[in-house]
Parts: sequence; structure tokens; C-alpha cells
Amino acid sequence: MPHAVSFQKVSRHFGSVRAVDAVDLEVEPGEFFAMLGPSGSGKTTCLRLIAGFEQPTSGHIEIFGETAEGVPPYRRNVNTVFQDYALFPHLNVADNVAYGLMIRGVGGTERLREAEAALEMVKLPGYGARKPGELSGGQRQRVALARALVNKPKVLLLDEPLGALDLKLREQMQDELRLLQKSLGITFVFVTHDQGEALSMADRIAVFNHGRIMQTGTPEEIYRRPKTRFVADFVGSSNVLSPALTQRLGGPAEWASLRPEDIRLSTEGAEAVVTATSFLGSATRVTLDLAGEKLTVLHPAGAPVPAPGAKVRIAWDKAALHLMGPEA
Amino acid sequence: MSASALKATAILPGRGGIGGALSDAFWRKPTLLLFVLLTPPLLWLGIIYLGSLFALLVQSFFSIDEFSGLVVREFTLKTYGELLRPANLDIIVRTLTMAALVTIASAILAFPIAYFAARYAKGRWKAVFYLGVMLPLWSSYLVKVYAWKLILAKEGILTWIFDKLHLTVLIDSWLALPVVGGNSLSVSPTGTFLVFVYVWLPFMILPVQAALERVPSNLLEASADLGAAPRQTFLNVLLPLALPGIIAGSIFTFSLTLGDYIIPQIVGTSHLYIGMAVYAHQGTAGNIPLAAAFTVVPVVIMGIYLWLAKRAGAFDAL
Repeated sequence: MPHAVSFQKVSRHFGSVRAVDAVDLEVEPGEFFAMLGPSGSGKTTCLRLIAGFEQPTSGHIEIFGETAEGVPPYRRNVNTVFQDYALFPHLNVADNVAYGLMIRGVGGTERLREAEAALEMVKLPGYGARKPGELSGGQRQRVALARALVNKPKVLLLDEPLGALDLKLREQMQDELRLLQKSLGITFVFVTHDQGEALSMADRIAVFNHGRIMQTGTPEEIYRRPKTRFVADFVGSSNVLSPALTQRLGGPAEWASLRPEDIRLSTEGAEAVVTATSFLGSATRVTLDLAGEKLTVLHPAGAPVPAPGAKVRIAWDKAALHLMGPEA
Repeated sequence: MSASALKATAILPGRGGIGGALSDAFWRKPTLLLFVLLTPPLLWLGIIYLGSLFALLVQSFFSIDEFSGLVVREFTLKTYGELLRPANLDIIVRTLTMAALVTIASAILAFPIAYFAARYAKGRWKAVFYLGVMLPLWSSYLVKVYAWKLILAKEGILTWIFDKLHLTVLIDSWLALPVVGGNSLSVSPTGTFLVFVYVWLPFMILPVQAALERVPSNLLEASADLGAAPRQTFLNVLLPLALPGIIAGSIFTFSLTLGDYIIPQIVGTSHLYIGMAVYAHQGTAGNIPLAAAFTVVPVVIMGIYLWLAKRAGAFDAL
């Protein structure tokens, strides 16, 4: 079975800017795939390359085994949920959802019935007669989702779909999107800069930086075994230890990552000075100075919190220290 | 700033004087400011503009005494009846047809130009666009019309170019056609049409460009994403969203053509257009009521046009 999406040495340059730089990528059918990275890392350009809004400067793209470069967006069986939804303001909700069907020549009653079914799927039954302008942000996002899914695409692309929603709504949509994806079995490719979102929703994650993929793997792998300093730092704000510090702490002279929640304040171990504390609710983040390097510790709620300036000792399980090699 | 000016008090002293008192008063009562600002223009609009329009409307219900040539100040529909005479009806139909054709041609010409300006022109190219569209508006209208008369004349540059290209037969056969033809382009309805389109085109380009500028490009991408080929995207997304701009532009081109009396006088046949009829009746003929009745025609037509456009949903995207 061919990959749902496959990139072979794909580059997209804008003038001298290498937005996407020789990327190799494979998305499996039925997978919930996240492309994670800071803004300007090339993840959105990759999405636009799959949709067909951008053409690669070089390289080869396949969608379900078929060559995609040179094929316009309207001939790709791929649909997009846009970041700001891009609903047609002059059409009501039902006509927005039915747009793709209308274009393909599906008759009026038939397509309105399918549109209503799609709206039911995203929990907006009976909203067909409203205009997009009358809906809230969360509702618009559901309409955008219905508009894409009604076409039964081979791949659904989502560009920061939850970015504009408030926290509660975002968490609810995360669960719903996942359920929807599992029940429909459609391949989802999903762009986000929110590492929490990527970790909680995706089957696999590609972490982007400077137009390149730093690491691809399951959320567990990305979180537990980052390959580079960038991934360690970007995913879950891990402590990145320099080779010198790792060596001082009894390891080899390699870059290492250490999760804040894996460090505990202890009576023995390396000595550090507390520089700041901040209360997070479920825990307290304690910032330490360890031999001139900054280290954060997630200190469980309930336990007494040391004051800034206090000298503490820290300890961790040997397995928690993840080595990334001397050149990470 | 001196040190004393920086002395910290929670409330700063008033500015003093009439200016200070006024700004405080306006700040406390914003409606007062609105009232002061709006009264003069509203008086102008209400009395001078709408008032004269109303006076015109009243005049059109008067009639003229055929023997003395004096205006009879009694309400009657006689003057409107005169409008329906074949000669006058001819003028109305001719003007309407011309206005409609000029509007359609302007829209077709303006759309690609406006589309380019809205979608692709950036920075300096945008300035070049605005300059190119506005520049003709800066020079005298009469000069432009007379220039066109020369361009379109039998000895003019257009004939010369066609002659050099050995295509004179094209012009000649076009001019031989009934209704649109004539002795030369400058004395044919075709010439009138060309000059109208030239003169009013900027009034179509600018609103269409403004409307297209407001169409987010991701709507076009969304349409393509949902399977629409460029032609389908144009018909289903771009055109409906640009329609308010096209309607706004057509109000200009349509009503300006309906009311103009100079262009058809300089370029074209001796047949009258509404504007020329108004000019003739209120001037030499002294038939103010009929002139007023003629003037009411474009007002009514524009009213009907806007009402139809609204019913067709042209303003839904606003």
C-alpha cells in the first residue's frame, strides 16, 4: 500500500529563503499526523505543497502513490481546513458546506441533504440557513470542517485549526477531532505550533525547524527521546544540558535533556541555587542555577517550596537523563 | 519640557481658555461635537441639494402654454405625456441603450485591470496603477473629448493606423452598418460609445478594485481546494464578492452617461440624448417643465436599477 503522502527531497524556495529544504516525509494511510514547529519553520508551506497551493522548487511529492507536483489544487482529492476558516461570506452555511458537491455537479436536494448530514456530524444540525458572519469562532471552525469532510477527501489538511479558539473549546475540539478521525479513517495532516496539541492528538509528529524536519516519531518518542537540542527544548520545554554539565553530573561529555518533572529536590545530589519560583496550580516551577546553567524543575504541589536564593540539592533517576550525542 | 511641568499630580489642570473648555465639553458630550460637525453639511444637503431636486420634481408637473410659451403653474401630467411622444421616447431609448452598453463595456474592461491591481500590484506598481487610472481625470474633460474627435476623425490617427495595416476595410464595413455606423467614426454612434467608455472607465475601475481588494485570497484557495477550476471560482466566488463594486461602478458609468450632453454633441450623430434634450429645452426652447421631466427620467431609472440590484442580492456580500 502506498503512503498517503510522501515527500522525496522536496524543497520550496521563495527567492533566497528556503522555506522547505530537502524534506523527506512519509504519512501513512489513516494516520493522524502532526507537523509541529515554530512560525516560519516550513510546516505550513509543507501543508500548502500537499494541498497544491504551492509547487515544489525541486523534489517529488506523491499522494497515495500518484505524482502530485504540477497538479492544480482542484484536481487533488485533498481538502483543507484553513486557519481562519475561509468560509464564503456570501453563501449560507449549507451552501458553504455543499460547495464542493455543487462544483462536482451534485443536484440541489441531494447536496443539501449531504450538507445537513455533515453539519450533524460536526454537531451543528439545523444551522444551514445562517450566514457565516452570524456564527461564533468555534461554530465557524466546525462548518469549515464539515465543508472539507463532506467531499470525503483522501487526505484532510488542517492548518492550525484550533489556534483561534479559547482554551476550553480547544480541548473539547481536540477530543472531537480525534474521535472523528478514528471513526472516518481519513488521513489527517495537521499543522500546529502548540506542542501540547501535537502530543495529545497525533499518532506521529514531525518536528520542523528552519525548513527541515528535525525528528519524526510518536509523541512518546519525541517527548522521551529527542534527537536534538531543538526538539528537546521545543517539545515540552525540557532542560538541555551542555556536554560540560552532563560530564560534571557524572555522565559522558554529550548534550543531554532532562525533563523538569523528572528532577526532584532532594537532600543529596548536585547543589544548585533557586533563582525564581512560579506557581502553576498543579505544580510549582522552580528555576535553578546549576554551575552557571539554568535548570527548571517541576515541583509537585503540596510539598514546601524553597524561596529564591535558597541552596537546594537535586536528584533524578538515571534513566531520566536522555543523552543526545556530542553534536546534537 | 521643564521640571515643573513634570510635577506629579493625579489630575492635570485644565488647558484653560475657550479651546480647553470646548475640548472638555466635547469630550463629555460627544453628540454635541457630532451636532456641530454635521449641521452645516446637513443643511447644505437638505436645503440646497434635496431642495433643488424637489423643486425640479415640482417643475416637471407644470406645463407650458403653447401660445404664450409661459409656464402654467398648475399640476398636470401633460408634460410627462409629452415624454411619451415618439420623438422624445426615441431620445430616452437611445440614451438608455447607450448607457447600458457603456456600462457593460466598462465593466468588462475594468475587471482585469482592477483584478491585476488588487491581486498582483505591490508598492510602486500600485502607484503606477493609481496614476494611470487617475491621470486622465486630472486633465480637462473638454480637451479629452476634442482629442478623441481628432483621433476618430476621417483623417485621424486611427484611420491612418488601419490604413497602414491595410485594414481600412474593417472600419469601412463597420461604418457601413446601420444604426452604429456613419460617415466616419467621429460622427457615428460608435464614436460616441468609445468616448463615453474612455471618459467613464476610471469610475468603474476604482470601485471594482476596492471590492476585489477586500476579497481574501484564501477564499480563492478554498474554492480551488474544494475542486473548483478557475472559471468556476470566478463565477461562484470572485464575481459575487466583486458585485457590490461592479454595481457601485455601474451607478457612476450609467448615470453619468444618462446625464451627459457634451460628448454626444461633439462626437457622434445629430441625434439627441437626454442631456442634450434637457439642455435644449431649458435653454433655447424655454420649456422648463419638459426639461425637468426629462431630468426625472434618469432619477427614476437609477431608482429602479438599484432596487432590482438589491433584489438580486447584489449587496448581500457587503
